[in-house]
Amino acid sequence: MTGKLKTICSLKGHSGIVWNTSWHPKGQMLASCGEDKTIRLWNYKDGDKSTLKCLLADGHQRTVRAIAWSYCGQSLASASFDATIAIWDNKSGQFECNATLEGHENEVKSVAWSRSGSMLATCSRDKSVWVWEVWEDNEYECAAVLNAHSQDVKKVVWHPHEDILASASYDNSVKLYMEDADKEWTCVGTLSSHTSTVWSLAFDKTGDRLVTSSDDRTLKIWQKYLPGNPEGISVKDGNFVYKCVCTISGFHTRPIYDVTWCHLTDLIATACGDNSIRIFKEEDLSDRNQPSFSCVSHVSEAHSQDINSVQWNPVVKGVLASCSDDGLVKIWKMEST
Amino acid sequence: MGLDNENPTLFEKSEERIVSEKDLDDDEAEEFDSREIFDLIRGITDPEHPLSLEELRVVDQNLIEVEDSMNIVKVLFTPTIPHCSMATLIGLSIKVRLLWCLPPRFKISVTITPGTHASEHAINKQLDDKERVAAALENTHLSTVLNKCIATA
Repeated sequence: MTGKLKTICSLKGHSGIVWNTSWHPKGQMLASCGEDKTIRLWNYKDGDKSTLKCLLADGHQRTVRAIAWSYCGQSLASASFDATIAIWDNKSGQFECNATLEGHENEVKSVAWSRSGSMLATCSRDKSVWVWEVWEDNEYECAAVLNAHSQDVKKVVWHPHEDILASASYDNSVKLYMEDADKEWTCVGTLSSHTSTVWSLAFDKTGDRLVTSSDDRTLKIWQKYLPGNPEGISVKDGNFVYKCVCTISGFHTRPIYDVTWCHLTDLIATACGDNSIRIFKEEDLSDRNQPSFSCVSHVSEAHSQDINSVQWNPVVKGVLASCSDDGLVKIWKMEST
Repeated sequence: MGLDNENPTLFEKSEERIVSEKDLDDDEAEEFDSREIFDLIRGITDPEHPLSLEELRVVDQNLIEVEDSMNIVKVLFTPTIPHCSMATLIGLSIKVRLLWCLPPRFKISVTITPGTHASEHAINKQLDDKERVAAALENTHLSTVLNKCIATA
C-alpha cells in the first residue's frame, strides 16, 4: 500500500499541548489527552464527520501524558504527570474513573496493556517500570518494579502476542523484560545503539521486529534472533536477542517523538519535532537481516508545531491519528495514487 | 547554603536599542533578529544575585542566532563558573521567557556555550527535553522561582 497521506479531519477541543492518542481496538473511537488534564473520546467517521463523544475531566491533577485502550476495548488507562494512573470504563453506562494506581515517585510517562489484558505496564521519570496484574473488580496489584534503566523512562510497549515488555529511556537504551522460570520479572535484553533519548518504539505484527525512534533523529529496526539461528548471531544466556539491522537516518531534522508500525499494512509512520509526518515502507526483496526502507510519503507542516504522537487505526487500513503541541488532533488517510 | 559564586565579575549593560522609524511602522512585518531576542532575555535576574544575566555576561547578543524564515532561535549562555549549580535553572528561565514571548512557530534551543560548564552535555540534554521542561513548569515551587527570575525581564 503506497500513496499520499491526506488529512480527513482536524479535531479541535484541547487547550494546549495534545500529548497522545489511542484508537479503540474496534477502530471507531479515538481517545486523546494533554496538558489541559482532560481526556477526550472522539467518534471516528469517514470523511470529516468525526465528533467529540465525551470529555473525561477531574481524573488527574496535572498533564495527562499518555492513554491506552485495553485490547478488549472495555478499559482506558491514563498516565499523568501527577504520578498516578487512572483506569476508566463505562460499565455503569458512562465513562468514569474506577481505579487509581499509585506508587511511582513522579511523572508517569507511558502506560500499556498486555495482549491478554491481564497485565498493565507503566513507566516514570523515577527511572522505574512497573508491571501491574489486573484482577476482576478493578483490582490491580503491583507484580514487579523494574529498575533496569539509569534515567527517565519514556515509553512502555508490550509484544503483540507474548508477555514480553519493552521500555525506552532517556538513557538512550531500550530494555526487554520477561518472567523467568520462578515467575520473577527480569530484564532479558538491552538494545543499545541510539546516541540520545529513545522516545518511542513499536513492534511489527509478528513481534519479531521492533522499530525505535530517537532524539538522535534516527529510526532503528531491530530483528529478533533465536538460539541456533542460521545467521550465526550469538544469543548468550537467554531466549532471544534483538539486533539492530537497519538505521534510517537523514530524513528527520528534529527529535522523533513517536513511531507506529501498522499491523494491517506494515507501514511505519513517524511524529517529528519538525512538524512533519513521514511514512516508511520496506522495500520489495529487502533482506530480513539487512532490510532497506524508503520514505513513501512526507507531509511537511502536518501540524503547525511539534507532533507528539502518531497511531495507525487497528481496523481501518491506512487511517492514522496524530496530535501536536498546536492543540489539534488530526486524522489522516493514505490515498492510493 | 553558601553562594556558588560569591564575587561574580560584573559587566556593563549595553546601550538601549535605537528604535528606527521602520520599527514603529505597524504595517511592516519585521523579522526577529538577535538584538530583539537579546532584549527579551537580558533583563532576567540571576537566581543567586540581584543582577541581570546581561550584567553577569551569562547572555550575549553575539551568542544568539536567529533564522526567522526557518523558525529557528538558538541561544548560547555562559555560566559564571564551570560548576555553577544554577546552570539548569538559568537555562530554563531563558527558555521559558522565549517560549512565552515568541510566536509558537519558533523552535527554541538554549544550550551552554561549549566548554564553559563541567556538565554541559547533561544540562543541554535536559533543557532540550520538551517533556521534562513541560513537567518542570507544572512544578509549583520551580515555577515560583522561575517567575521571580523572569519578572524583571
